[in-house]
This record gives sequence, structure tokens and C-alpha cells, in this order.
Amino acid sequence: MDESSAAHARHRAPTESVQVPGSGGADGGDAAEAVIVVRDLHVRRAKTPVLHGLSLTVRRGRIVGLLGPSGSGKTTLMRSIVGVQVVQSGTVEVLGLAAGSRELRSRVAYVTQQPSVYDDLTVRQNLAYFARVLGVPKAKVDEAIARTHLGDVERRLAGSLSGGQRSRVSLATALLGDAELLVLDEPTVGLDPVLRVELWELFHQLADEGATLIVSSHVMDEAKRCDQLLLMRNGELLADATVANVLAATGTDDMETAFLTLIERATTPMTDEEAPR
Amino acid sequence: MTPMRTLATAGRVLSQIRHDPRTIGLLLVVPSLLIGLVAWIFTDTDVFADIGPAMIALFPFIVMFLVTSIATLRERRTGTLERLFSMPLGKGDFILGYALAFGLLAIFQTAIAVSWAVWVCGLEIEGSVWLLFAVAVADALLGTSLGLLASAFARTEFQVVQFMPVLVFPQILLGGIFLPRDQLPEVLQAIGDALPLSFAIDALTAVADGSEDAAWIWGKVLVIGAWIIGSIVLGSITLRRRTP
Repeated sequence: MDESSAAHARHRAPTESVQVPGSGGADGGDAAEAVIVVRDLHVRRAKTPVLHGLSLTVRRGRIVGLLGPSGSGKTTLMRSIVGVQVVQSGTVEVLGLAAGSRELRSRVAYVTQQPSVYDDLTVRQNLAYFARVLGVPKAKVDEAIARTHLGDVERRLAGSLSGGQRSRVSLATALLGDAELLVLDEPTVGLDPVLRVELWELFHQLADEGATLIVSSHVMDEAKRCDQLLLMRNGELLADATVANVLAATGTDDMETAFLTLIERATTPMTDEEAPR
Repeated sequence: MTPMRTLATAGRVLSQIRHDPRTIGLLLVVPSLLIGLVAWIFTDTDVFADIGPAMIALFPFIVMFLVTSIATLRERRTGTLERLFSMPLGKGDFILGYALAFGLLAIFQTAIAVSWAVWVCGLEIEGSVWLLFAVAVADALLGTSLGLLASAFARTEFQVVQFMPVLVFPQILLGGIFLPRDQLPEVLQAIGDALPLSFAIDALTAVADGSEDAAWIWGKVLVIGAWIIGSIVLGSITLRRRTP
């Protein structure tokens, strides 16, 4: 934490800054089951501290927007939740189990930022392989292709597709297994506005079906489509609250401005309790 | 680890290669071309009769080592390995899937190389051609499994290519092709006798000149098999689901 932002923190009462694990997040009071509980997470990558004592809770059926500039630790947090990241200290619990547990591998779907698909296989072959790894029926492949609008290109090699199409193939893979938690790292980057809207509709459908989604983005206006926002900067949470409350607390109707305001005054994450009544 | 996932992985690797005809061509033809070149170099001498069997050990071994190590490294680099390890795929499924797919290619490659050496280059075989073929397949599989192991220690394409001189060249130098191993300095002979490629070279040479019986040769194949299994096991242990 640097000097200037510490100076801006004066107007915040100490009691407000306490984030109780399990009660944080968007409307902390309701009874929906906690899908992700992160407590005091510290992660270093290449000897540089990336996350410094992060704590947060995500509840079932939510679409959680993980926002922040690149380098803020979004991917590292997602990797920790999926359980492919070596962490220094702290705990990450997913669906009541330690992140990365064997039982979670078919219940959590992860889409990396770079489309992780085989360029020398067709779209359908890619999905068919991942479906066999997940042990789900072939019908799931057709469903995933339909849901990501890849029908026209399903017989083409993934390497011959545009960047946006390849990232949709990567996303389609995550739809194969009816995962309870989807961790999506910048799934809409490079997509045209129409497709972006369609994908957000798909995310809401999945959430309505009971899935929980964590979607990272560095495009602030995508925040408005999320139920819960996690605003990150330099490996720390600036806010863990609903869109409305973030906007109200910062007295603006623009996410970009709200983010800047939070950067200026934050030492601890802004929570829903701080929004003006 | 499940047979279904292992086979799915092997099938996937083979369909990837099917979309790359040039790699198939190189894989199947290059060892034969090199064996042909060696035979041509020594046309007017009887050297090829001596080193021909060693060439059958050498070229498929090197080609399979390179292809396998780069293919698995590419999987690491493109993020597909991370995705697979966030799914219910066992490390053994991954490694064995690759070993099966490239092992199958090794069989085709070896069949072509052996046929070429015997029927086109005129390599004389005193023992059974089938035995020669069996040893050569084991040898190509050895290249595959060492390639899998090497790629586990490499982070970049540059590194994995460096493993070629580190792991492969000493085996060539100490394998008895340049100088019979019993004429090497004592320490080098001991090292050379222990290296896996030496067993393949000895066995192939013995089949060609008929100096040893089948039981002796199968003994050598057994040692090669132990090296194959050892590197596959070690390779799957070194794969990590969690990375820094």
C-alpha cells in the first residue's frame, strides 16, 4: 500500500473495514450456499508477491465480475480457485472442498485467457476429446457447439479460426460438463459487441440454471452485467459489492470513474454496508 | 487413470498428427533416407555391414525423441495441459496416451526403416528379421519415452532442443558405433555399457551377425523395456497439476 492511498483512507471507520469470511460479498445476509471461500490468500509468482492476503466469499447462482487492470492479480486469483496455482499461505475452499481437490475436477470448469484448444484439431474434435476426458455423452458436444454459435465452423481446424472464434471453442469446452462453478478468464475479449451481448445472455442462462460464474474482464462496462463485483488492483481488493452499491458509494454512474475513486481512497475493500442508504 | 481417458488421449494425439501430413512424411521417411545415405557413403567398403544395425537403432530413436518431446512441450506451452489437469485426467492417462500414439507411429516407422535397410540397402541379416524388427520397435519406443521425460524438465522449445545433445549424443558416442565399447577407457566403457541405447545397438548388431541366440537378445529387449517403463513412470511423477 503506498502513502497517498493510505492518506485517503482517513474517512473510513475501522469497523467497516472488517471483512468477515462467509459474510462478505454482494448481499451478505442471504442464505445461498457459499461456493467459494477465500481466506487470507497470499500468492507469489516468479518471486514477486501477486496476491497479498485476499479474502472473499462467492455464493451460488451468482455472476461475479472480477475486474481490474491487467497485472492486478485476476488470473492468479482464478488459478488459485481452480487449484492449479501454488499458493504461499491462506486457504481457498470451493464447494466445501479444498481448491484443486480430485472431486472438484469435474465440477469446476476453467477457461484460460489464451484459448487453450488444439489448433490442429477441428472444433468438433476438440470438444469430443474434452467430452471423453470429462466422461460426458456426445450429445453434450452438440449442445456446447449450439450454445456458443459455432455450428458454421465446427468442421474447421481451430487454428484456422479467428481469435474470437477460438476463444469461443475454449469457452464451449467449459460448457460440456454441467460444471457447478465456471471460472472464465476474459472470455469476451476481442469479441464484437453482438457476440459479447449473446455471451452475457448465455452466462445469465447458466446462472439461472444454478451455476456460479466468475468472469474476469478489464472492460469496466461489463461490470454492469454482474451480480457481484470484485474490483482488484495490485493484488488487493478495492471493492466486493454489487454494481449499484459500488456506484452509490462512489457517487457516480460510470464504472470507470467509480474504479478511480475507489483507487484514490481505498485501503480496505469497499463493502455493501458502506453504500448510502 | 482410466483406459478410456488414456485411449481418448492417444486417439486425439493421432488425429492431431493426421492433420499434419508433412510431419507424418518426415517421421516415416527420414530414418530410411539417413540409413540409405550411410549405406551409400560406404558403398565400396564393408563398413555398412558392421554399422548398419546401429543405424537402425540410431535414427528412429533420435526422430522419435525429438517429435515426442516437442509435442508434449507444445501442450504445456499452449495451456491445454493446464486445462487437462483442471479436468479429471490422470497424469498417467496423459503420458501413456502420448506413449501409445507415438508408439504406434514408431512401429510404422521402424517397419519402413528395417525393410529399407534389409531389402534396399542390402543389409545382411543372419538372424530373424522379425527379431530385428522387435528390437527396433523397442528402440523407437525408448526414444519416445525419453522424449516424454525430457519434456517434463523443459520449459521452452529452446530448452527441449538442448536436451537432444545432452541426453542423446553421449549415448551415440559411447554406444560403440565410433569405437567398440571394449576398447574405450574403463570409466567410459562402464558408462557406455549402462546407457539404454547401447542395449539396442548390441541387440541389433547381434541379430544381424547371428553372434548371439534369441534368449540373449530378448534379455537386451527386456532391459530396454525397463528403461521405457522407468522413464514413463518418472515422466508422470514430474508432471505437476499446480504450477508456480
